Amino acid sequence: MMYPENLRYTKEHEWIRLEGGRGVVGVTHYAQDQLGDVVFVELPEVGREVRAGESFGAVESVKSVSDVYAPVSGRVVAVNEALADAPEQVNRDPYGQGWLIAVELNDPSEIAGLLTAEQYRALVE
Amino acid sequence: MSEPLIFELGAPGRTSSYMPDCDVPGRPPEELVPADLLRKRPPEFPEVGEREAAGHFTRLSSLNYGVDTGFYPLGSCTMKYNPKINEYAARLPGFARLHPYQPEDQAQGALRLMYETQGYLAEITGMDQFTLQPAAGAHGEFTGLLMIKAYHDHRGDTGRRKVIVSDSSHGTNPATAALCGLEVLQIRSGRDGTVDMEALGEALGDDTAAVMLTNPNTLGLFEKEILEIAGAVHRAGAMLYCDGANMNAVMGISRPGDMGFDVIHLNLHKTFSTPHGGGGPGSGPVGVKSHLAPFLPSPVVRLNPDSGIYFFDYDRPLSIGKVRAFYGNFGVVVRAYAYIRAVGGEGLREASENAVINANYLLSLLKGKYRVPFDRHCMHEFVVAPPAGFRESGLHTVDIAKRLMDYGYHPPTVYFPLIVEEALMVEPTETESKATLDDFARAMLEIAREGLESPGLLRDAPVSTPVSRLDEVSAARRPRLRWQPPGAAE
Repeated sequence: MMYPENLRYTKEHEWIRLEGGRGVVGVTHYAQDQLGDVVFVELPEVGREVRAGESFGAVESVKSVSDVYAPVSGRVVAVNEALADAPEQVNRDPYGQGWLIAVELNDPSEIAGLLTAEQYRALVE
Repeated sequence: MSEPLIFELGAPGRTSSYMPDCDVPGRPPEELVPADLLRKRPPEFPEVGEREAAGHFTRLSSLNYGVDTGFYPLGSCTMKYNPKINEYAARLPGFARLHPYQPEDQAQGALRLMYETQGYLAEITGMDQFTLQPAAGAHGEFTGLLMIKAYHDHRGDTGRRKVIVSDSSHGTNPATAALCGLEVLQIRSGRDGTVDMEALGEALGDDTAAVMLTNPNTLGLFEKEILEIAGAVHRAGAMLYCDGANMNAVMGISRPGDMGFDVIHLNLHKTFSTPHGGGGPGSGPVGVKSHLAPFLPSPVVRLNPDSGIYFFDYDRPLSIGKVRAFYGNFGVVVRAYAYIRAVGGEGLREASENAVINANYLLSLLKGKYRVPFDRHCMHEFVVAPPAGFRESGLHTVDIAKRLMDYGYHPPTVYFPLIVEEALMVEPTETESKATLDDFARAMLEIAREGLESPGLLRDAPVSTPVSRLDEVSAARRPRLRWQPPGAAE
């Protein structure tokens, strides 16, 4: 299950999962595969406001450093602190332990504008 | 690697210097230095004789690979051969032993060389004025954007806080904008790998400070619509910045100033044949059109036409200030001057022509086997991707690069530009012969065959280098940056 059906996706290879009014955000299986071994993840501070499409951090691998973009607008309510010591979780478990941030959505209807699993799969395959 | 660290050589008490006896009364350090600043135990210096030290460093130097040793096709880096006459010129005592505080009347030769270099660079690029201060390319970008910011602010146009970059840009472009406190807006390249006019048009606005472009771009493709691009940028009230890293493709043929660029930085250490990488410091002169000249870093080298005397002009009230101690990496400027004077205008044009011909020739040799994302004539460099079938064998660009070392080559740039998956970016430069290009192409084609027939050869490469494949993840995450004596806590 490389692209779970219950997630929504962006063209920039992020995913978002709705949990109540919050959205948990990470990068996709395709993104982690393209990046190669992740060695560092730069995350925002809790409380920061992000706009949809805006860079909120960066993922550094042995190949390159890539910005990660917010799929929706809102306030960052949690970041995955565990990645500081274990950035390899982004490779091992991109939809689970490798999550990046949680966002309180300004407008939950923004989700509808994102890609479905099927649309995202068509984009990367 | 068989060569130990210098700390692991020698023996206690061994030395190669013999100090004369102290001829003033000695006093114990405790009387001279506060107790809390005294170290508890002596430092762990290597203890080796001169014979051992010379042997150690000579053996290490023989492991080095550089442009003097072999082919070095590192894309976007222009690793051309640097003629030794440049080194001779830079070592002339009148240049090498100048003190930066030497009075102007005792350094007229050096000032003239700087003045003339500014003029040559302006002529080559089609700009009006130059500064030689910035220490390298990214520093030049920083200088250029600060001037653009100062220009807008000076006109009272203070709302321009966005810098537009292409998704194929050098990483230094967005990094520079961010360092200048500006917001980065990245636009997608069009299908043909060049700027998408529609995307640019949508991104431009009255909040745009500058658009940063490289021409030819990092895919080795010339931006054919550059005049239309410049028009659109200027109509929006923004400045057009030229990342001159790829100037080696167009010297004497086309000029960024004529294309409509307002600012350009050059990399003397790339285009103008001075050592770089491990070989020496860089130099990133910045040229501007006259409307930006008042903002150039202070001082600027000028000539008093009446007296014929060269001088530093510090009287520049709108200057962004100094960006580098003294006047930049002067020794590098001497080398570039020697190069420009040695080859002349015709020679520079010929260098660019041969750089473009060499790249197209090499591309044509690789084209059948390696995938070509943008199939058109390239400029001085090109981008290819691994042959069909590599992905299925679990092979990546990095494996091709590592295997090239076994064939005795420095690998090309890999995984850049970011918009090409598994990119391999090759810049042969004009200083290589057809025989070298043929040999390199043969190695590349051999590797293409090996990858399909015995992928293990690539996966285990390199096997013939002093060290084999490095653990890059551990190197990035748990670097050991300091030697510790055996048994010491990490």
